[in-house]
Amino acid sequence: MKILVCISNVPDTTTRIKLSGDQNAIDLSSVQWIINPWDELALTRALELKEASGGSISSVSIIHVGNAGSDATLRKALAIGADDAIRVDAAPTDAYAVAHEIAEAIKDKNYDMILCGIESSDYNGSAMGGMLAEFLNMESVSSVSKLEIEGDELKLNREIAGGFEVVSATAPVVVIVQKGIALEPRIPSMRGIMMARKKPLEVVAATGAEALTEFVHYTPPQPKAACKMIDADNPAELVNLLHNEAKII
Amino acid sequence: MNNVLIYTENFDGKFKKSIYEIASYGSEIARQLGGEPIAISLGEVAEEELKSLGNYGISKVLTAAGETFKTLQNRAYTAAIAQAAQQENAGVIIFSASNTAKAIAPRVSVKLKAGMVFAATGLPSNLNPFTVPKKVFHGKAFADVVVNSERKIISLSQNSFGVKEHPAEVTIEALQVEAAAPANTRVTDTQKASGKMLLNDAEIIVSGGRGMKSADNWQPIEELAAILGAATACSRPVSDEGWRPHAEHVGQTGKIVAPNLYFALGISGAIQHLAGVSSSKVIVAINTDKDAPIFQAADYGIVGDVQKVLPQLNEAFRKFKAEN
Amino acid sequence: MNFDYTEEQLMIKQAARDFARKLEADVIERDRTATYPTAHVKEMAELGFLGMMIDPKYGGGGMDSLSYTLAIEEISKIDSSVAVIMSVHNSLVSYGLEKYGTEEQRQKYLPRMATGEHIGAFLLSEPEAGSDATSQKTLAEDKGDHYVLNGTKNWITSADHSSVYIVIAQTHPEKKHHGINALIVDRHSPGITLGAHEDKMGMRSSDTHSVMFTDVKVPKENRLGEDGFGFAFAMKALEAGRIGIAAQATGIAAGAYERALQYSRERKAFGRLISEHQAIAFKLAEMYLKIENARNLVHKAAWLKDTNKPYSLAGSMAKLYAADIAMEVTTEAVQIHGGYGYVKEYHVERLMREAKLTQIYEGTSEIQKIVISRSLLKHK
Repeated sequence: MKILVCISNVPDTTTRIKLSGDQNAIDLSSVQWIINPWDELALTRALELKEASGGSISSVSIIHVGNAGSDATLRKALAIGADDAIRVDAAPTDAYAVAHEIAEAIKDKNYDMILCGIESSDYNGSAMGGMLAEFLNMESVSSVSKLEIEGDELKLNREIAGGFEVVSATAPVVVIVQKGIALEPRIPSMRGIMMARKKPLEVVAATGAEALTEFVHYTPPQPKAACKMIDADNPAELVNLLHNEAKII
Repeated sequence: MNNVLIYTENFDGKFKKSIYEIASYGSEIARQLGGEPIAISLGEVAEEELKSLGNYGISKVLTAAGETFKTLQNRAYTAAIAQAAQQENAGVIIFSASNTAKAIAPRVSVKLKAGMVFAATGLPSNLNPFTVPKKVFHGKAFADVVVNSERKIISLSQNSFGVKEHPAEVTIEALQVEAAAPANTRVTDTQKASGKMLLNDAEIIVSGGRGMKSADNWQPIEELAAILGAATACSRPVSDEGWRPHAEHVGQTGKIVAPNLYFALGISGAIQHLAGVSSSKVIVAINTDKDAPIFQAADYGIVGDVQKVLPQLNEAFRKFKAEN
Repeated sequence: MNFDYTEEQLMIKQAARDFARKLEADVIERDRTATYPTAHVKEMAELGFLGMMIDPKYGGGGMDSLSYTLAIEEISKIDSSVAVIMSVHNSLVSYGLEKYGTEEQRQKYLPRMATGEHIGAFLLSEPEAGSDATSQKTLAEDKGDHYVLNGTKNWITSADHSSVYIVIAQTHPEKKHHGINALIVDRHSPGITLGAHEDKMGMRSSDTHSVMFTDVKVPKENRLGEDGFGFAFAMKALEAGRIGIAAQATGIAAGAYERALQYSRERKAFGRLISEHQAIAFKLAEMYLKIENARNLVHKAAWLKDTNKPYSLAGSMAKLYAADIAMEVTTEAVQIHGGYGYVKEYHVERLMREAKLTQIYEGTSEIQKIVISRSLLKHK
C-alpha cells in the first residue's frame, strides 16, 4: 500500500497577523512557516500505520504545491519520517488550483490512500481534500477522527453531529482527517533530520491550473470589547446575548 | 443562471435551525439576483417538513430518497446536487458549513467548476464581481473573497445570517437521479451522543475553579455541560486539590484549549490559566470578585456567587435548548 | 560573515523547543521533589539529542557544535536539569571518547552513548580539588594489566543514572599533573559507592552525588590516550564543555526574559500594562541586549570549534559572560514579576536558582577570568 499525504505550508499558528498598508494582502515578511497542523497529524497517523503494518505499507509520500520557500517545511516532514516529497512548483492560489495541480501530478502514481487535513490554519477553506478526490474521481471520507487498517479494509470514524459513523472503505480512497486522528505531532529526531538531507524532494513543473477564487481585501478584527456585565439575577440575559449577539449557541 | 440552489441537509428526517438559516440566506441572494430559491433535500423527509422550508422563502423543493441517500455517500450526493444545479440553472449553491458540507461541497465545486467560499460570514458584499466575506486565520482577520467562476458555492457559517421568515408558496418535485456507481465506502455503524466529550474536541467547555469550593459541588457544572453538549474542565488548583482529574486541567501547564465558548466558573483568571484559554472565541466568567482578572479576558461576565447563579443559568439554557 | 542559521539548524532548534515544551508539565514538581527526569531523558535519547554530535558511523547525528548550542539553549529555557544531563553526556563524555579514544573504545561505547543506552558522567572534582584540577587525590595505581582506583569524587552530575564514567585520577604523583590519567569506568564496578543525593539549590532534577572508589579494578585498555594524558584530556573536554554551559546559561537567561516579556504584556499596574512603563520596558531592552551578546559569544565559540580553530579563549569568554548575565537577567525577570516572581508557579525564581550554578560549575567565573587573562598576557 502506498500512502500520500498532502502538505500545506502555513504561518505558525501563534503568529500575529499583520496586514499590508493597503489591507489587500497579509504581511508575511516576518512569519515563521510550519506544516499545517491538521496535515501534520495526518502525516503522523500515516507513519504510525506504516510502522505497524509490518511492511504492507511500502511508503508514505508527501506532496505540496508551492514555491522554493516551502522546502524547509517539506524537509521537516521528511525528517519526521516521510519517505519522499513532491513539490509542484507554483504559488498556491486557491484550493481548486492546488487540488487540480496535485491531481495532475499524481494521476499516474496509483496511491492507495491519500490523506489530507480537514482545513488549513491560514485560509480555513476545508476544500482541498474533497476537491482532490473529485478531480481523481476517488471516493472520499471527510471529518475522520480515527483511522485503522484491518487487512484490506480501512476502518474510519467519521464525525457527524452528535456522534460518529463507523465507515469501512477499500482503497483507493481520500481520507480527510481532523483532530483526534493522532495524539500529537511528532518531533523530528536528530537522525531523521540527518536522513532528510538524502531523501528525494522532487520538484515538478506546474500545469498552470486556474484558480476560481481570489482573496482581495482584509480587515483586522475589532479590538476586544470590554467585558459586558450581566446582572446576577438575570442569567437568561446571558443566554440571549450568547445566542443573538455572540451568535455562539 | 440567476437561481439559487440550497442543500437542505436533514438530521434523522428533520431540519435544524442552521438549515432554515441557509434557506433564509439563499432566498435573500435569489432576490438580489432576481432568481428563484430552490432547495434540494436528499434522504427521507416527510412532506410537511419539506414544506416548512417555504416559511423561509423557498419556492421549490427537489427531493430524492431511497437506499443511496440513507447514509452520506459523497459521490452520490455530489452527483445529485450537481445535477439539480444544472437542471435548475442555479448560479449559486448554498450549504451550511457543517461536516457534511466539508465532505461534499468541494466535490460539487470541482464537478461544476464552481468557485467555493467556505464558512462565509454574511451576504455577498457585491454581486459583480461576486464578493463574499469570511474569516481567515481563525478569526485573526476578515477577508473578502471574489469568486470568478460562472457558478458559485457558498458554505455559510452557522449563526452568521440568522433565520428570517419570508413565507412563500412551495412546490415539491422529485429529482430523478441516475443510479450511482457502487461506492467503496460504507457506513457499518452509527453512534450518537456517545461517551464523554473530549476536551480538545469540544466546541464548548464548562470549567470550574476554586470558587466551586468543593468536589461535591460539580453537579451543576456537569449539568450545564450536558445541556450544551460541552466538555468539563477545571483550573489548576482544582486538579491539585484532587477535586477533578488532572486530565481536566486547563491552563499553561495543563491543556491549551480554543473552544468557541468557554465558561470560567469561579476561576479568578491567573495568567497561567488565561494562557491556556485565551484563544477561545467567547469567554463567559462568573466570579464573586468584580476585580478578578478573568473579567479582563472575558466577553460576558456575571459578578456573583457561582453556586447561586449556575442553577438559574442552567434553567435558562435548558429553556433555550428546548426552544431551539 | 554569515549570521543565518541553516535550514537544518533551524529544524534542530525547533525540535528542541518542541521537546522542551513537554518538560514544562512537570518541571516544577521535579524541582520540588528533586526527581530525576527518567521519562524525559528516554525521550531525549529517542529524539537523538544524546548523540547529536557523534559521528553517524557510530550511530550519532553528526551535527555541528552550533546546532548543539541551539538545542541546549532551547531546552535550558525550560529546564536546565535536563540540559545539564545532556551537556555532560555530549560535550564532556561523548566528545572526549570520540576525540581521544582508540577506535576500539569508540566502537565499544559510542553507539550506545548515541542511543542513550549509556549515559555518561565526568568525574573530575574532588572534595579538596574543585577548580584546581592539578591536585588530584584520587589514585589510579598501575598494576600492570589494570589500574586500581581509590579516592572520592564530588559534585558528579548523573552519578547514579549514568553507566559510563570517565574518571580523572593520579597515577604518578611525582609527575604532578603530567602523571594524571583519564579512565573509562563501568559505573557498576565492584567498589564504587555513592554518597547521598546532594540537596541542591537549583537544577534539582538532575542527580548529583559524591562517588567513592575503593580498590576498583579498571582494565588498562580503558585508559584514554597515552599514560599521563589525563590532565590534558580533562582540560580539552572542559574546553568543549564550556560552550555547552555557555549555551545553557544563555538559555536560562532567554527563558526568563521570554516569561518576563509575556508577563509584562499581560499584567497591568496603574491602569496600564507594565510593559508600557518605561522602568519595565528599559529592563527588557537591557535583558535582551545581554542575551543577544551572550548568544553571539556562544555562536562564535561554536563556529571556531566547528571550523577547527582554537576556541579556548572564545569558549571561556562565552561561559563567563553568559553565566554572569544569566544571573542578572533572571534576577530582573523575578523583579518584573514582583510577588509572582517569588513563587514557584511562575518559573523565574527557579531559573534564577539555576543560573547561579552556571557561574560555578565546569570552571567558576573566576577560573574563566584566569583562562582569559592568561591567554591575553601570553602574547607580548
